[in-house]
Amino acid sequence: MRERAFSVTNLPGFATIAVAVFVLLYLPIVTLVVYSFNAGSSPSVWQGFSLHWYALAWANDQVKDAGIVSLIVAGFAATISTVVATMAALGTTRQKAFRGQTLIYVMINQPLMVPEIVTAVALLIVFAVVRQWTGYSGLGYLILAHSAFCIPFAYLPIRARLESMDLTLETAAADLYASRWQAFRRVTLPLLAPAIAAGAMLAFVISLDDVVITEFVKAPGQDTLPTYMLGQLRRAMNPDVNAISTILLGVTLVLLSLFYLMTRKRD
Amino acid sequence: MAPTLEERTTRDQIRRNWWLSLPALAILTVAAIGPLLVVLVYSFLTPGEYGNVEWKFSTEGWTSVFVTKDIFDETWKLADAHMTIFWRSVKLSLITTGLTLLVGFPTAWFIATREPRAKALWLFLITIPFWTNLLIRTFAINQIIRTEGLLNTGLLKLGIISTPLQITYTDTAVLIGMVYVYLPLMVLPLFASIDRFDMRLLEAGYDLYASRAQVLRRVILPLVKPGIVAGSILVFIPCLGAYVTPRILGGGKLMMIGNFIELQFGQGRNWPLGAAISILLLIIVSIALVFYVRAINGENRDA
Amino acid sequence: MKRLLLATSLLAASTGFAAAEGELFLYNWGNYTSPDVVKKFEEKYGVKVTITDFDSNDTALAKVEAGASGFDLVVPSAGFVKVYADKGLIQELDLSKLPNHKNIAPEWMNVEWDQGRKWSIPYQWGSTGVSVNTKDYGGDINTSAIFLDPPAELQGKINVIPEMGDVMALATMYYGGKVCDDSPEVMKKVRDGLLAAKPKWMSMDYSTVEKMGNHDYAATVDWNGSAMRARLKNPDVAYGYPKEGYGLWMDNVVLLKDAKNVENAYLFMDFIMDPENAAGLSAFARYANGIAGSDAFMPEDMKTAPEIVTPAEFKDKGHFVTTCTGKALEYQTAIWTELQK
Repeated sequence: MRERAFSVTNLPGFATIAVAVFVLLYLPIVTLVVYSFNAGSSPSVWQGFSLHWYALAWANDQVKDAGIVSLIVAGFAATISTVVATMAALGTTRQKAFRGQTLIYVMINQPLMVPEIVTAVALLIVFAVVRQWTGYSGLGYLILAHSAFCIPFAYLPIRARLESMDLTLETAAADLYASRWQAFRRVTLPLLAPAIAAGAMLAFVISLDDVVITEFVKAPGQDTLPTYMLGQLRRAMNPDVNAISTILLGVTLVLLSLFYLMTRKRD
Repeated sequence: MAPTLEERTTRDQIRRNWWLSLPALAILTVAAIGPLLVVLVYSFLTPGEYGNVEWKFSTEGWTSVFVTKDIFDETWKLADAHMTIFWRSVKLSLITTGLTLLVGFPTAWFIATREPRAKALWLFLITIPFWTNLLIRTFAINQIIRTEGLLNTGLLKLGIISTPLQITYTDTAVLIGMVYVYLPLMVLPLFASIDRFDMRLLEAGYDLYASRAQVLRRVILPLVKPGIVAGSILVFIPCLGAYVTPRILGGGKLMMIGNFIELQFGQGRNWPLGAAISILLLIIVSIALVFYVRAINGENRDA
Repeated sequence: MKRLLLATSLLAASTGFAAAEGELFLYNWGNYTSPDVVKKFEEKYGVKVTITDFDSNDTALAKVEAGASGFDLVVPSAGFVKVYADKGLIQELDLSKLPNHKNIAPEWMNVEWDQGRKWSIPYQWGSTGVSVNTKDYGGDINTSAIFLDPPAELQGKINVIPEMGDVMALATMYYGGKVCDDSPEVMKKVRDGLLAAKPKWMSMDYSTVEKMGNHDYAATVDWNGSAMRARLKNPDVAYGYPKEGYGLWMDNVVLLKDAKNVENAYLFMDFIMDPENAAGLSAFARYANGIAGSDAFMPEDMKTAPEIVTPAEFKDKGHFVTTCTGKALEYQTAIWTELQK
């Protein structure tokens, strides 16, 4: 375990900046939550407390379905992309440079380098062909597309941590006749866990935010919250969107807290 | 000649590396890289009258990236509008990357130096705001910085300013928005690399009478460099293609490269030009990335 | 966590795809389909309607053209109906299945993009003009000079919607041309005029209802329905019909060739041509609908709204904003790029 040495880890001004960052990060979110309880329809003038928008959101099937689709797609995409990204990171980091390593690296980061609209148009064309062949039109396409562009977001934090992780621990484990799997399971994985968590969270967030690719890939009835809102952009944004976002925020918080408690108990 | 034992293990190792990378590469090939071939093909076709393409070979998509025929006097000239848009995107992305690093580093450091249980909590705290959708978040930021928003009202009440600041629809607003949106992409990789940093090295540094600034520059920065690199890539490249933030906070008066490509695939109905610009962007960023990775790997080997 | 996700996905599947005996897939602009009218339809015919949103004609066309889109009905704008027809994406309507077809108002029966309404039926229509806050400016607002040659009082507080076709149409007509003009003389004036006017604009943004309502903007290029909603928030907002020529648009329902639920699609099309239901669509979307007799069922605040009921003196100044092609489109894209570079 690391020694607790507050004096050395303390860099002047850093804590102040960090706290300021947290306050600023939450300011818009708090505004959003507060105004979701606004009686008036204006998202900027406070006209008293009301649950009006929640009632509207509750009655609006389209917005409810969009919220559910968003969560399902983001959940699957984050899980899939984090698993494959972890594997890829293990395969490409801390190795003697090998032929094709740079190629893998560039391939993995490719989704970052192409504006979304381009991937979107390309996927539209390819998936339309697959759809005609197979007749399948479920959420699989969206999950696949989201998993792909989430991979670099999950990969980079994991790679960053692996890059200078202490190799000696695994060597020590191997010296003690641990199998490769045991060494991985007992030594590497626990050390890597924070980065995997960071990667998974990034992937989840990126998937929740995606508009353009989803807009082109979605099949009937597969609107996510962002595409639902994109459709509203030209008309006025309804505050029931604020309400549904607040609910979604609450749901994710509960899910994550449960997950957090569960994993803690197991340790 | 039979391979030596060492050669064989190396080869096994490499095979194992490829197997580990395979699932990721498979997903990417199916849903990201493969479809790009379609885009490459499209960049050499003729624009269809109502969007899409006609299957007639043409290089006009590519030439019109660089030179355009003046719409009025039909003379050929350099496509300066494209260059201006490209340059603005690069500039704003660079500034955003710099700013997120500036505020993201202390934040990541702060999180990484908490005690283990608090650490997880702070980490959650930094990502929670991002579980609300990008559009909503951007609108919320707009509510705060608008003329009669929270910020101006507050500053006026405190007597710091006497007239409201005009922030919305300026580059400042775009920068505020982009830093906000891309901050976790910087903080999380930074955190991941600071967190495994051995704090005893700091003690060693101070024991050798290094000043705080020296410790930061000589000890901390070199060791968390992989995190800085990862964070910068994650912020810089998506910034280049950003369009929601510039559109809403910047008032949409100025295009970024993402908006321009969008225009070609949408109302402009020139898919080949849009495809050509995208491929060009991809090539430029790939080359930069390869050099970047080479440079980093080279340094690591020396170390 | 995974189990929870699975549970939710199953839940979604059961709510989304229940009642499989009667389904209808509608692909429409976002926030444009009245939930009440849809509910009424679902209850009457026992058909489950799934609405999916699009945000631009170009996206919708690209998706439908790619094939196997899964939609039955789409709602493209006027100029695009012909494109769908020319590309063989939609089917000719069997008018015997549409008894309410006779309700289409005479002026919307023989439209330029569909003579005799054999391919499409009206959904909503409106105009593109300017909104002005009359507290800021008391002069004539029925002119595109509001944003192209703005009076001093408005400068720096003007918004222009980022909609290439609409803005170009207004500007072209202001400088003496026609919609989709391809004469270099006119387009040169358009370019110079727009470039000179731009520094006097504040933004190019869609959220006009809120920002005109809040008085963040003093004037904006606007759609009539948005202008009305802004006025309901702020009585100082007035809508102007530029006398140099303003834009008209209409969205229309078309039946896709590969539609799987053709019978239900006919039922739905006929249903929304019933005057009461057409008025229901209008009450939600806040635009006029092109169905004769629907006025009687319109909400009170729309019956007399100057934004919805075009004043007689401006009736002949409106021109349909068609989908430009060829040289005209080239000019527009180049000028639009120049404008935002």
